[in-house]
Amino acid sequence: MQLAREPRYILATDVGSTTTKARFFGKVNGEWRFLASGEAPTTVEKPVEDVTKGVRNSVREVEELTGHRIIDYSSEELRFIMPYLGGKTGIDVYVSTSSAGGGLQMLVAGVVKSITAESAQRAALGAGAIVMDVLAIDDGREAHEKINILRFLRPDIVLLAGGTDGGDKTHVIEMAEIIAVAKPRPRFGITFRLPVVYAGNKDAREDLRRILNPDFFDVRMVDNIRPQIEIERVEPARNAILELFMEHVMAHAPGYEKLRKLVSTEIMPTPAAEGLMIRTFAEMRRVNVIGVGMGGATTNVYSVFDGRFLRTVSANLGMSYSIGNVLKEAGLENIMRWIPLELAEDEVMSIIYNKMIRPTTIPMTLEDLIVEHAVARESIRMAFNHHKYLARELKGVKRERTISDIFEEVKAEETYIDMKRVDYIIGTGGLLSRAPRRAQSMMILIDSFQPIGFTYIMQDSVFMIPHLGVLSKIYREIALEIFEKECLVPLGTVVAAAGVGAVGEKVADIVVEYSSSEKETYELSFGSIIRIPLSQHKEATITVNPTRKFDFGAGYGKKVSRRVRGGVVGVVLDGRGRPLYIPQNRGERRKLLLQWFRSMDLYPEKVLS
Amino acid sequence: MSEESFAYTPGLAVTSLTYVRRERSLPIKGEILVSKGQEVDFDTIVGRCYLEGQPFIVKVAELLGVEPEEVHRYLKVRVGDRVSRGGVLASYTAFLGLIKRGVESPVDGVVEAFNELTGHLTIRTPPRPIELRAYIGGIVERVIPGESVVIGTPAAFVQGIIGFGGERHGKIELAVSSNRDVLEAKDIEEYHAGKIVIGGSLATYETLEKAKRVGVVGLVVGGVKITDLERFLGYRIGVAITGREDIGFTLILTEGFGKLPMSEKAFSVFEEHQNFEAAINGATQVRAGVIRPEVIIPKKEKVVPESLGPLGEGRMKIDSIVRIIRYPYFGEIGTVVELPVELRKIETESPVRVVKVRLQDGRVVTVPRANVEIISE
Repeated sequence: MQLAREPRYILATDVGSTTTKARFFGKVNGEWRFLASGEAPTTVEKPVEDVTKGVRNSVREVEELTGHRIIDYSSEELRFIMPYLGGKTGIDVYVSTSSAGGGLQMLVAGVVKSITAESAQRAALGAGAIVMDVLAIDDGREAHEKINILRFLRPDIVLLAGGTDGGDKTHVIEMAEIIAVAKPRPRFGITFRLPVVYAGNKDAREDLRRILNPDFFDVRMVDNIRPQIEIERVEPARNAILELFMEHVMAHAPGYEKLRKLVSTEIMPTPAAEGLMIRTFAEMRRVNVIGVGMGGATTNVYSVFDGRFLRTVSANLGMSYSIGNVLKEAGLENIMRWIPLELAEDEVMSIIYNKMIRPTTIPMTLEDLIVEHAVARESIRMAFNHHKYLARELKGVKRERTISDIFEEVKAEETYIDMKRVDYIIGTGGLLSRAPRRAQSMMILIDSFQPIGFTYIMQDSVFMIPHLGVLSKIYREIALEIFEKECLVPLGTVVAAAGVGAVGEKVADIVVEYSSSEKETYELSFGSIIRIPLSQHKEATITVNPTRKFDFGAGYGKKVSRRVRGGVVGVVLDGRGRPLYIPQNRGERRKLLLQWFRSMDLYPEKVLS
Repeated sequence: MSEESFAYTPGLAVTSLTYVRRERSLPIKGEILVSKGQEVDFDTIVGRCYLEGQPFIVKVAELLGVEPEEVHRYLKVRVGDRVSRGGVLASYTAFLGLIKRGVESPVDGVVEAFNELTGHLTIRTPPRPIELRAYIGGIVERVIPGESVVIGTPAAFVQGIIGFGGERHGKIELAVSSNRDVLEAKDIEEYHAGKIVIGGSLATYETLEKAKRVGVVGLVVGGVKITDLERFLGYRIGVAITGREDIGFTLILTEGFGKLPMSEKAFSVFEEHQNFEAAINGATQVRAGVIRPEVIIPKKEKVVPESLGPLGEGRMKIDSIVRIIRYPYFGEIGTVVELPVELRKIETESPVRVVKVRLQDGRVVTVPRANVEIISE
């Protein structure tokens, strides 16, 4: 399909597992604008079994709202009026993402858990997959246990890696043998062959062809993910996964062949598109970004740090279908620590489990809302821990060491994401965009990521990051323009300290300078928060002079000054320490939480008193 | 003010007469044992297949202490051979018999493969027969040879919100006199063994234990306290994908967690069908392609399947009867009096689409449309 050089109207859809979401964009007075949205139930399942019907219904809603004609009604099959014909008729571009049918589900296998299996996991996650399990020769499970896992799970694709090029190949062959005897069946179809991407030692390719019977497996050979121990190359495996996703997974989902004929560029898995947009933003602005997508079933975390992109998905951490699992994984006490109300433990559990079985309901009382926000904090916290686990330096690499490295030794084993150098945190997902007060989303993001120093926080207004991500493949500038102007709500800057003290102890003297003649000074004490209103179009210079126990990014006790931007919430001075100080004692904890909630004007006073 | 609107949350299907079809599929290709038009009972075996046996990898090279490429010299079996547990697969003798090593088969099975690169043998156990039962009584409507059958029957049908335990069948037996009654342990008696017991608003932990001890087939009740349920299951629930629990019977909650009266309609369907043989299944999947637990009570009535409307969905209109499905009005039933078009702020300050409902006690409350389900139009 030929692309318009200067498009005027763009339609994008996301075919989600339950809802198909259409977003309509247009160029108005020289600027790109988000014009309207339409939503309709996804029609991938019986009785309709044709995704284009749900797409048609969602686009029809856009037509009704805007009066713009998009669908060509002369045809029984879904067709769009393309290109734009002038007036309110037609569009130039149509793009789509999809996570219908549960998205892309993969199984990853490697030789050494912390080397190839970990690299393979990064490749699968980067392609937008949910990783069902990671098998490795040294994962502590016997061969028959691995076989059982393979037989029980029904992955869409298997990614197999292991060994460096020219190195030992017996272990990767052993893993192939396990896969071959287990004969895992794919999710779709009785006769369909299971796709296997092989990204291991290239010398083992011929052996693998022999072991993995072509009657059962469709094997694709790509470049080794770890050609040498100190090199990780995930791109070829990631691309092969995306190709197979289109060929196998999408092709077996009803109606996708028709949808593929309509799009201006290939359909992308929703999380891959979401990641691409965040990556584009970070690259073009040359900043470090952390993003989180909170879904009903999963929580996706993205990071672009010093140019390195990583996406992880925590498959069973979410705010509706998976909300019970957040409770299970986090533990009730970790949920309760964010709730300063007189709610008994079993009441909190009932609210959470009743939400799980009726996931489309929304909180009607402030108590319910506060419970959901507590779960959200834990869900993001755990998903971010999972993310940091994979955001590590390559394992198995021998490093030359200097004296300074020895002092840094512990750190080198940890994540490369340095919270002091994160410039932006971006949140997306229903819970954040539906939060009645923006301060609530900002606080949820601060509490779960715990940034240090100066960090700007944003959230999406209407769910459209995946739409813009797939659009960025063909119109990067347009996607970025809409992303910054229409998609993101600037919440504000958080200024926070690392360190721990006693409640009430001085953390820093802070001067906020709005202009040469207008300034305010604050004394920030440990365990407190100060919210300063500063609108999104205003800036101020903030100078922090911390005591020796605290570090605002420049070092402990070191003065730091930065120009900051406001937002709909403003500037938040966070003196609660890092790791965030939450008292063990219930009474003290409640008192402190209420103080934070009030400082942030988080909820109506009636629920707090 | 709009006249009607789709309910965001599809209601659970509850009816004393509908036409139920259930597709019964073999996990892999096999043999269908019934034919179109045949009458089947709950336990009729409608299909059979053989699941490939479990593979076992025997690391012969490592066990003999020889290089993989040498293993073939010591093998006592060939690909395709049948072997018994303890039978010798390979043996190695050196130094005039001073060193002897042997490798035995861990299972009965067939030698499926030998890998020269690793020196490993694969032994696969014999295929396991899987029998597929009808699950409901009815008529075989359609047969896909080797794969599946569709069985249909006129039936009363009740869906629950979440269940535990799989497919079973038994006679319906009410153990309480009202949908609001608590089902106590003493209400379950020895004669309930083999039956599907119907309770009211709550079953306690002791009730669940008693039901298990007595040997009921199923228990259907409005709610259970989440803490009691977890104590009974012995673990914390994670994701709402259920149906494989081994708890001795099948448990269905029609409303949710807590003390919640069973919907009057569901209770009256059970009352009407005391002593009817019914199928019960706790399998639940609260995600796309949602599966809810169910009780199917086959009946002999003659109905034209297509004359019955769809279940559990429909438009919400003025005068529709709805049930509120979230606190603080959870379980309350009322009549729709207004469907405002514009978004309204609720207590949480969220602007949402709302519906005004007159409750049975005369109060009119405003609730999010997402938080009601239609009981009848």
